[in-house]
Amino acid sequence: MTASGRTTRAPGRTSPVGSGSTPSNPGRRIGGIGRAKRREAIGLVVPSLLPVLMLSVAPLLVGVLLAFTDARLVRRPEYQLVGVDNFTRLLDNGFFWESFRIGMVWAVSVTGLQLLAGMGLALLLHSELRFQGLTRVLALIPWAMPPVVVAIMWRMIYSPNAGPLNAALGAVGLPDDINWLADFSTALPAVVLVGVWVGMPQTTVTLLAGLQQIPGELHEAASVDGANAVRRFTAVTLPSLRPIITSITSLNFIWNFNSFSLVYVLTEGGPGGKTMLPMLFTYLEAFKNRNLGYAAAMGVVLVVVVVLLLSAYLWSQFRAEKER
Amino acid sequence: MRAVVKPAQYLALFAYIVFLGFPLLWLISASVKSSGELNSLTVNLIPRSFRWENFTDALDRQGLVRSAANSIVVALISTGLVVLIALPAAYALARFRGLFRTVGTGWILVSQVFPVILIILPLFLILRTIGLTDSLVGLTLVHTTYTLPFALWMLQGYVAAIPNELEEAGAMDGAGRLRVLRDIVFPLLMPGIVATAMFAFVSSWNEFFFALVLLQSPDNYTLPITLKMFVGGEGKVALGPLAAGSVLAAIPSIVFFSIMQKKLTGGLLTGAVKG
Repeated sequence: MTASGRTTRAPGRTSPVGSGSTPSNPGRRIGGIGRAKRREAIGLVVPSLLPVLMLSVAPLLVGVLLAFTDARLVRRPEYQLVGVDNFTRLLDNGFFWESFRIGMVWAVSVTGLQLLAGMGLALLLHSELRFQGLTRVLALIPWAMPPVVVAIMWRMIYSPNAGPLNAALGAVGLPDDINWLADFSTALPAVVLVGVWVGMPQTTVTLLAGLQQIPGELHEAASVDGANAVRRFTAVTLPSLRPIITSITSLNFIWNFNSFSLVYVLTEGGPGGKTMLPMLFTYLEAFKNRNLGYAAAMGVVLVVVVVLLLSAYLWSQFRAEKER
Repeated sequence: MRAVVKPAQYLALFAYIVFLGFPLLWLISASVKSSGELNSLTVNLIPRSFRWENFTDALDRQGLVRSAANSIVVALISTGLVVLIALPAAYALARFRGLFRTVGTGWILVSQVFPVILIILPLFLILRTIGLTDSLVGLTLVHTTYTLPFALWMLQGYVAAIPNELEEAGAMDGAGRLRVLRDIVFPLLMPGIVATAMFAFVSSWNEFFFALVLLQSPDNYTLPITLKMFVGGEGKVALGPLAAGSVLAAIPSIVFFSIMQKKLTGGLLTGAVKG
């Protein structure tokens, strides 16, 4: 129950130490018989399951139910089932679909640029250059900072009069009076850049770790066969990184599509809805317009679409993997 | 060939360093500039005069101290709860196989990608029914649940890294289950517990969305919400104190990530390959 409000993304998606591999069937080794064992396991887990059931599984189910009601966020809520009304109304809601389109543009461009820039930096950090330590530490900082602070910082950078971005553009003779976050044409690209700044480090670090796992002999063999750097990259590096690229791309896409905090503090969806990500739209529908049921329907549609897209992507990757 | 490649690589590296580092430098520089300099049209990175008053101003006037205190309380208590709840569960997850483990890991992975918006709507209704919206107690509960999945996953990794043979040896020497846990597992697990606790603390400290939805009265605001409200009144914003407050808010997370750098990198690899 985390992604869109997630502020510190879970750093290592899975275990931070080792792979969690234990000898096969370790449970049976330490004393006791099957049933006692199971009772023990249940006893250990119930305390963590209870709050989770109460605060994430139950709300999730209630959330889906809400989507079929006309619930409103008022002091004495009275609501009744209205079937698929909310969903049919959604079909006609141009603003929702526009936010959906913006969310797609945002997620695709941030994820794509994150991958390209992250790959570039990972390759640089993998080759023998100076300043690696500095770059590595710098690469971690965007990831660590609270999203609110990141947004405040970039608002200062983009500031139309006293901001360094316009000053730098002016210094080289380019137009220097752009109000980046308030201009219809620049707002979305401007927030995308911040999204890339925040998201690139994690991609870089992951790819770098992957690069370090590729056996050096593979590259040497390719060199001996006369492959140049580009050829070595496409024939050896990329295929070896493929599983990593697949998993970070799909996870990053979902995280980006679900993002909220960064853009909310940067623009609140403005100007004129040009940066209205779907999560912002749903939030405003629920907590400003107070239409809980309707907002829940939006949430359900978004979840379904993300799951479908992700399955399609993973399926295509799976197929490609099989053909090789 | 080589003579061209190296400089090109350094040029690219320099571009990355500027892209990653400049915004941060700018924030720090703004935090010690006078308001006159911040609003002047000549823009410079190195402040003409250093003014530490922005920090004292931020702490004095902006309700930042109160919200920082709220953030600390919420983060500390939810961290304690997360560790207490996750510790036994992580042990079970790492040591017992079967359906239970599959369900547990499945839930953890799903929780990483699920949009919170669909959960916060009903959660808001539930918390309001029991009178816990606009309350730090409610927020602490929510932060606990939302950090739990990943903390559990982290911690089970640390448990799995402790060789089972050590436990067996303890059992062989006649120590009971609890003795084994207390004298063998727990001491070895301590670094993992510390790392997990730090992760839980930083997650709660940085968290924005739940706090935005749940908290209404300024007395209850956490630090991120106060900073956001501060931005809201654009135009008459005191940029210096805002930058100073932001720098202060970023410190705990940056310290955590610097300490954990190596571990995080290792985890990412296994995560990406196996995930």
